[in-house]
Parts: sequence; structure tokens; C-alpha cells
Amino acid sequence: MKLQRMNRRALALGALAVSGALALTACGSDDTGGTSGGGSAAAPKPGSIKCDDAKGQLLADGSSAQKNAIDAWVKQFTAACQGTQINYKGGGSGAGITAFTQGQVAFAGSDSALKPDEVAASKKVCSGGQGIDLPMVGGPIAVGFNVSGVDNLVLDAPTLAKIFNNEIKNWNDPQIKKLNPDAKLPNLKIQAFHRSDDSGTTDNFTKYLIATAKKDWPYDGGKTWQAKGGQSASGSSGVAQQVKQTNGAIGYFELSYAKDGLKTVDLDTGAAQPVKATIDNATKAISEAKVVGTGKDLALELNYGTKAEGAYPMVLVTYEIVCDKGNKADSLPATKAFLRYIASEEGQKILAENDYAPIPDDIISQVRTTIEGLS
Amino acid sequence: MDTSTQITDAPPPAQPPAIDKRAARGATRPGDRIFLGLSRGSGILLLVIMAAIAAFLTYRASLAISKDQGNFLTTFEWNTNAVPPNFGIAVLAFGTVVSSIVAMVIAVPIAVAIALFLTHYAPRKLSGPIAYVIDLLAAVPSIVYGLWGALVLVPHMNGLFGWLNDYLGWTGIFSWQGGAPRSMLTVGILLAIMILPIITNVSREVFRQVPQMHEEAALALGATRWEVIRMAVLPFGRSGVISASMLGLGRALGETMAVATVLSPTFLIQTSLLDPGGGTFAQNIASKFGEATEFGRDALIASGLVLFVITLLVNGAARAIIARRKEYSGANA
Repeated sequence: MKLQRMNRRALALGALAVSGALALTACGSDDTGGTSGGGSAAAPKPGSIKCDDAKGQLLADGSSAQKNAIDAWVKQFTAACQGTQINYKGGGSGAGITAFTQGQVAFAGSDSALKPDEVAASKKVCSGGQGIDLPMVGGPIAVGFNVSGVDNLVLDAPTLAKIFNNEIKNWNDPQIKKLNPDAKLPNLKIQAFHRSDDSGTTDNFTKYLIATAKKDWPYDGGKTWQAKGGQSASGSSGVAQQVKQTNGAIGYFELSYAKDGLKTVDLDTGAAQPVKATIDNATKAISEAKVVGTGKDLALELNYGTKAEGAYPMVLVTYEIVCDKGNKADSLPATKAFLRYIASEEGQKILAENDYAPIPDDIISQVRTTIEGLS
Repeated sequence: MDTSTQITDAPPPAQPPAIDKRAARGATRPGDRIFLGLSRGSGILLLVIMAAIAAFLTYRASLAISKDQGNFLTTFEWNTNAVPPNFGIAVLAFGTVVSSIVAMVIAVPIAVAIALFLTHYAPRKLSGPIAYVIDLLAAVPSIVYGLWGALVLVPHMNGLFGWLNDYLGWTGIFSWQGGAPRSMLTVGILLAIMILPIITNVSREVFRQVPQMHEEAALALGATRWEVIRMAVLPFGRSGVISASMLGLGRALGETMAVATVLSPTFLIQTSLLDPGGGTFAQNIASKFGEATEFGRDALIASGLVLFVITLLVNGAARAIIARRKEYSGANA
């Protein structure tokens, strides 16, 4: 009898632990559903991943926008280097940078480059060095729409700005008609969805609007949505879901969320043809970026105003943030090996399979050189 | 079925044991002293914990508010990343209060009606299962309500919103611009469902405790069943129902995930309950926390402190109401 009771208690404890673990893991919100997570069918080729003397557990935290890419990389890397465990918590760029400047993680993922005060804070952790930005993952920001009877929609930056600033309120507005002479635009209220949480996607989307339509987008930008009105939802997945659910809706999110029949806007950038939101087009636009970081820092300045054929300029670049000097001795080999792998040709190729854009060749080769010099 | 048979299983009100204070104080057995020490220690510990929480919140909040460029109480914006930071709680306070009021207006009458039905009208065969199902409602995690709300409730609100706009749109409170129905009214309805079980359960217990003699006396005077409820049950249960409502209100004020999932938060105060927009304290903290910088977290803590104060005020008001009504509630009978 007593034994039975104890068993029951153990069972209850076990159930509590399991459900607790489930509840905790359920908190990672920005999940694309993970169907394509590490979707490359090719078995990892251990030969091409150099483990060196990497071992132990590598902690990292940061941007949720690159979480799916990291997951895919980690799967390949840990399969090849059995002794290494990599734990990337997609807690958000802010959380990642905080953890990095407190010395809790070996590297952080971030949607935006380090700010001067964050660089200053990183000097305490990187003895003799400082935190640097390594561009590693590109991603097109797609503008999804749901308008009955419209399959293709072309918009330019000023029109987008006016739509998201509630100045254009109806789908049959003459300014939209002018860009889409052939579409049957209904008399329907526009419902523009933005992010309700602070987000690098918002930051990059509004950076694009500021750079290309300053007159119609009179805000300073940043991770917080600033325009008044409109509707909002939490996370890229939330926005994508609302757009899918609501007739007349338009919203921005990373391209990987544009699935299950969600249609995306083609951008009229001033090039001869409107540009579709695709991975190749995003990479083409990132290749116009300039490196503005000093020293080993490779922070990029994107050219949002590009008019190059087939370049989709509404993009987001996420960085890995590491110390250039003064990385912790026990995590350095693993950090270097992992970064070397994700910057390699093979690592970058996996990105496209997961709806991310690889970093263009001339920039990624600088990244590779920088990684070899980490100490 | 006779109403009185239902109440027979209620325990008779316990007589408070007569305590001779002097004798109690004079008792010096070691067990008494240990117990006194333990209970006094627990009481003091509770106060210390509360004070520590309040001190922590106040300290972190003061860090943020001192750098706030806008007015913390009246600014319609939450941008802690801006230079200088600009944020305020006006929209959050408004949204929290309005959504909770909507929830209370919907939930309290329904909960009281269910409780009365279960204690005075329903056959016992039915009241058991119904009470059980209502208990189950309380066990559903709020994120599940949020998901259900976003996927099922919101799409189904279009019809109701259209109807309200057609017939009550002239009031301004129920006008609808045709946005997705992710508004304060939807949140209020969802919150009402969530707080229903606790109000119902406590009210049911209270109505069960109505002294049988009161009801029998009313019946003897020729009162109908409704008159018994009106004259004996409701006055007796009033303070209990108020307490139950306050428990529900507490949950509604602090509800986080369900609101964050269902609402379309924007920093605007909408006069219409049907237009998307607004926000609540808990929802704002949940949505902004992930990407917040250290300063942003301090600002969120400051907003949490305001929620803490509002909750304290509500509880204080409820206690005052109950204390004022105690003498004529019949609770002392």
C-alpha cells in the first residue's frame, strides 16, 4: 500500500517535470513550424566539417529571426563533431546582447549591429578586445497580402509607407491602381498588420521605408512600431496568421513565414521589372551592402535604394557577435569551429533550403578571414 | 423538488469556540510557544517578502521613469528604444480597466445565475455534472484560451460585431470600422469565460450556506421560489458574491497570454469597444519583454508596479464594500 502511494507520488513528480519541461520549451514563440528545420536530406559529410579540438557545451543566445538557420547548422555540426553541444536560445536580439556583455554566452545572434555603448560594455568581457559583428544570415522581409481576387500585387516604397501609416485606406485607391493597372482591386478596407512586440523585422522594414520614402514615413525607426493605428499581432508567425485569416489584410514578416498560399507583394524598386521576394533576389541586394564596421567588425550598411535588376532591397541581415580577442579559452575552439562551418560554402548553402538568404561571396570571404583571426 | 432538501448536506455553521483571552495568554506549554513563534514568523516573513518585492519594483521602476522623456502617466506610446526613451501607461491602464469591466459585466450575472440554478433549481443529477464542467473550465491554461480565442472566437465575432454596429453603432461605443474583430470587446468576452468558474464556484458555496431557516421562513410567509431567492438568498450571499467577483476581477486584470494572443495591441485609445487597438499591462509586458533591453525591462517593471497598485486599490475597495455590508447581509445570523 505504502509502496503504491510512493509510486504514485513519483509518477506525479515525473508528470510535473515533463509538463514543466513542455511548458518551458513551448515558450520559444517564433517557430515557423519547424517542418523545414534542418530539412536538407543530405547526410552530414563529416569530412568537410573541421572539428579541430572543439568539445564541450557552447552556449549562445539571441535573435529569433535566425533561430531556424542555427538549428539547421547545429544539427549538421553536432552530427559531425560528436563531442560538442551547441545550445542556441532564441531569446531575442536584446536578450542575446545582454547575455553576451555579461559573459554568459560564447556568441550572440543579433538583428542589428552592436551600438557604441554595447561595444563599450563588451570590452569588459573580451579581455584586450571587443565585440564584433559577423554577418552570417540574410533574410528577405516579405509583405504578404490577402485580397480576394488579387493574385499579383506590385507596390513601391511610398505606397507601402502610406498604407502602413493609414493614409491609403482602401484597396481601390488610385495610387495602388496606378501600380497595378491589370488587377481587379476590390472596394475593401485595408487592414495593415504590424508587429506588437519589439522586433528586428520591424526595425529593418522601417529602415527600408525611411531610406526610400522619407516623405511618407516620418518616423525615426527602431524595433518598436511607431505609426499610430493599424492592427498588430505578436511574432512573424502571428502577423502571417492574421493576414491569412483576414480579407483585406497586408503585413510584413520574414519570407519563411510566407507559405500555405500566402501571396507576397512584388516591389517596384525603380528597376525595369518589379522584384519578387525571393532568396536569390535578397542575396543580390545584400551584395550591394558596404562594410561600415571598423577594424575586424563587419557591420553592414545595406543599400535600400538600389535599383539593380532583380535586387530585393527589403532585407534583414543577422549577425553573430563574438569577441575579436579575449574569447574564453575553453569555448574558443568550439566557437571557431562552428563559425567556420556556418560561414563555409556548405554552411551557407543550407540557408537557402530554409528560406534564408546566403551572404554574398565577397562579404562572406571577409567573414571567413576574420573568424580565422579570432583569439 | 423541495429546495430545502438541497441544503441539508451543508454543515451547520460552526460555533466559534469561546476563548478566554487571559487563559490563552497565560498558557505556557512549549507547544504553544513553538506554534506561536512559527505562525508569527510566517506572518512576518510574508510582510518581508511583500516589502522586498515592492522595494525591488520601485527601485527598478525609478531607474526607468527618471529617464522617461514623456509623461509616464499620460503618454500614448511605448518606445523604450528611442533616444530619449518615450513611454507611458495611459493606454495600458485604460485597456486593462476597460477589458476587465467588460468581462465583469458579462461574467458576474451569468455566474450568479449559474450558481443559483445549481443550488436552487437544478435537479441534483444535473447540478453535479454542471459544477464539474465549470471546475474544468478553470483548469484550462490561459494560453489555450488564447489559441482558441484567436482561431475560433475571433473569426466568429464578425457576425456579432456587424449586428452591434447596425443597431448600437450610434452610441459610439459599438461602432465598427470593419477591422479584424480583435478588440477590447473580444478580449472582454474571452476574459469573462475565463473568470466564470471562480465566480460561479464561490457564489455556489455561498448560496449553499444560506441558513435553511431563512428560506423556510420566507416560504412559510407564502413567498414564491424567486421571492425566496430575492429576499433570503441574495442578501445573505451579497458579500460572498462580491468577494467572488473580486477574485475574478483579479484574474481578469492580470491575465496575460490570452489577451496577448487575441488582442491587436496598438498604442491608441479607441472610443469604440469594437475597433482593434489598446493594450493591457500584462499583455504589454509579455509582448515586449523578449526583445527588451535592460532599460526596457525596467520600464516594463514600472508598468507592472502600476498594475500592482491598481490591484491593491481594487482589493481594498472590495474589502470596504464587504465590511460596510456585513451587518445587514445576514451573515451573522
